[in-house]
Amino acid sequence: MKPLESWGRYPRVEQRTQPLTWRSDTLPEVSGPVLPHGLGRSYGDSCLNGGGTLLLTAGLDRFIAFDPSTGVVRCEAGVTLDMILRLAAPRGWFLPVTPGTKFVTVGGAIANDVHGKNHHCAGTFGRYVRRFELVRSDGSRRVCAPDENPDWYGATIGGLGLTGLITWAEVQLKPISNPYVLQETVPLANLDEFLVVARESEADYQFTMAWVDCLARGKKVGRGLLYRGNFAPPQFDGLPLAKSHLSHGIGLAVPMDMPSFCLNRLTVSAFNWLYFHRQNGRPKQRLTHYDPFFYPLDAIYGWNRIYGSRGFLQFQCVVPYSTARDALKDILERSSRGGLPSFLSVLKTFGDIPSPGWLSFPRKGVTLAMDFANRGEKTYRLVEELDRVTREAGGAVYPAKDARMSPESFAAYFPRRVEFAGYMDPAFSSSFWRRMNPVALPFSLESERAAGAPHPPSVLALR
Amino acid sequence: MKKVLVLGATSAIAQATVRLLAARGASLYLVGRNAANLDAVTKDAATRGAAKVESKAVDLNDFATHEALVEGAFQALGGLDGVVLAHGVLGDQAESQATWTATEAVLRTNFMSAVSLLTPLANRFEAQKAGTLVVISSVAGDRGRQSNYVYGASKGALNVFLQGLRNRLAKSNVAVVTVKPGFVDTPMTAHLPKNKLFASPEKVARGLLRAADSRKNEVYVPGIWALIMLIIKSIPESVFKKLKL
Repeated sequence: MKPLESWGRYPRVEQRTQPLTWRSDTLPEVSGPVLPHGLGRSYGDSCLNGGGTLLLTAGLDRFIAFDPSTGVVRCEAGVTLDMILRLAAPRGWFLPVTPGTKFVTVGGAIANDVHGKNHHCAGTFGRYVRRFELVRSDGSRRVCAPDENPDWYGATIGGLGLTGLITWAEVQLKPISNPYVLQETVPLANLDEFLVVARESEADYQFTMAWVDCLARGKKVGRGLLYRGNFAPPQFDGLPLAKSHLSHGIGLAVPMDMPSFCLNRLTVSAFNWLYFHRQNGRPKQRLTHYDPFFYPLDAIYGWNRIYGSRGFLQFQCVVPYSTARDALKDILERSSRGGLPSFLSVLKTFGDIPSPGWLSFPRKGVTLAMDFANRGEKTYRLVEELDRVTREAGGAVYPAKDARMSPESFAAYFPRRVEFAGYMDPAFSSSFWRRMNPVALPFSLESERAAGAPHPPSVLALR
Repeated sequence: MKKVLVLGATSAIAQATVRLLAARGASLYLVGRNAANLDAVTKDAATRGAAKVESKAVDLNDFATHEALVEGAFQALGGLDGVVLAHGVLGDQAESQATWTATEAVLRTNFMSAVSLLTPLANRFEAQKAGTLVVISSVAGDRGRQSNYVYGASKGALNVFLQGLRNRLAKSNVAVVTVKPGFVDTPMTAHLPKNKLFASPEKVARGLLRAADSRKNEVYVPGIWALIMLIIKSIPESVFKKLKL
């Protein structure tokens, strides 16, 4: 047993690990439940398996084929989005959908059906997964595609790694004629302005998102900066594609856990004030490489360590437009009052392009993501309240970022969970899944209890 | 190295090396035992930009196939200017102590099969007066220790063979590079507890190619092992034999 953390470093559970090396190998035989684990960039416990075994997929990192004429890449599940970009961007292809970090595996991107800044015009990652292979603990292997085993295809996209092991996948990339993005930054006075500007931007911009100063209160709730952009037109300044794509690498690293006094209301508010006022209140246009545009935090390797050894909790919800204004105001105000505010609160809009995944998180509405330094009970209660507000607003919370949603909420957010449960691999489970389904316990939770994970104070908490 | 034969191409260090060579646009002839795994490495190399990739699934413990294998590699790539010999087994010291059969298996794979392959390769490279032979040995070959002296002996014998080969081929413009990795985090060492001294296969592969490019004789990768082994080699035998290493 050894600790292996999720990106938020909370909760901490003890589990075994088993590295996978070859896609044609059978699944290793271990006692207790298994769960595929890529780079562990999920924030909460959906990539953890307390008391069980994590099947480490990082060794499955081989490409199988790439066709530069069609932009179809086939690769093993442990290949990262970074590896795909390094291969494809110099040849004029880009990820159709990318989350805010490129250090996630293709398997993880499918299992969480990740979204990006272009959800309003592109939908989720799962829509571009042409096919993949699913290996089950009974030894069966099936290729899943929209027209081949479509039920397994739908269950596995967004299926949190619980339907079996994805060994390889085929993804349709999209053409770009330039690795640079033409970006515009627009200051927003408050939430209402965000709702107007974000909707307006959807028509002309592929990528939109807004950074929010979550310490702003009263009329200023939702104050922030909206970023919108499109890939730049071909050959501006005559920059050749091949040489410019690698202009950014890993820059800084956070070398150790930062002591907690570095992060308090004062420092966060100073940071937010500076960040906002850098803009001078006017829209600004500039050309920026795709790396800092899509992956600003990847430049600071190990940025999760700024929250110290207790880690942090991320919360991301989506709420429908009809309730968005009040619910988001409520959520922002509660988070600004309770506990420590986050550096990075992000607002964006989701369109209504459906995902093939049954448990896919994105749905039409407005999404807000925040992180909270872990200050124990106070923080847990806050996140649980935000979960409740989201549920009452008819929204949903993102499992990949969650550590505290209640089983009742999960049932409300993901109505197809019952159908999904029929497709789960009996040997697969996760700490998240057991937390969401506390009544049907296929495995002993003794070892998780022993590891000292704090018990959620939910009514349905059986542990 | 533009046209490279990789023996034991599915080993972790070889795979990492193949990726770097593929990214440079080299032509590759990959040899491994397991056909499915070899196919995975071959497709990966082709996708990553290798000018050409051919492969052959054979068990390198079958010495009778070696001449034909080498011939096939020269044919397939239209000549060779580089070889990376990466196949090997760690063996089990306790088993080796118990039975000669287990010891023999380690010596056959790590030493004899390497010699059997290097013999025709060295002759051809000598005749064409060009080429680089890169052989992955181990720091374990520097001094016999009770914990793995059978593996160590197989690599130590290999080191001496390579020294002689280097001496012979120097006048023919053929480089013989002995690469001595320390602990590497690979499936071969998956059962061992890891510490700070374990290097990634990628790091070892970079060191290996750097050494090959500059036609070094013997290199330790990572470099820290040169210091560690200097210390270990300089302990007097009368003291060393009492240590538990």
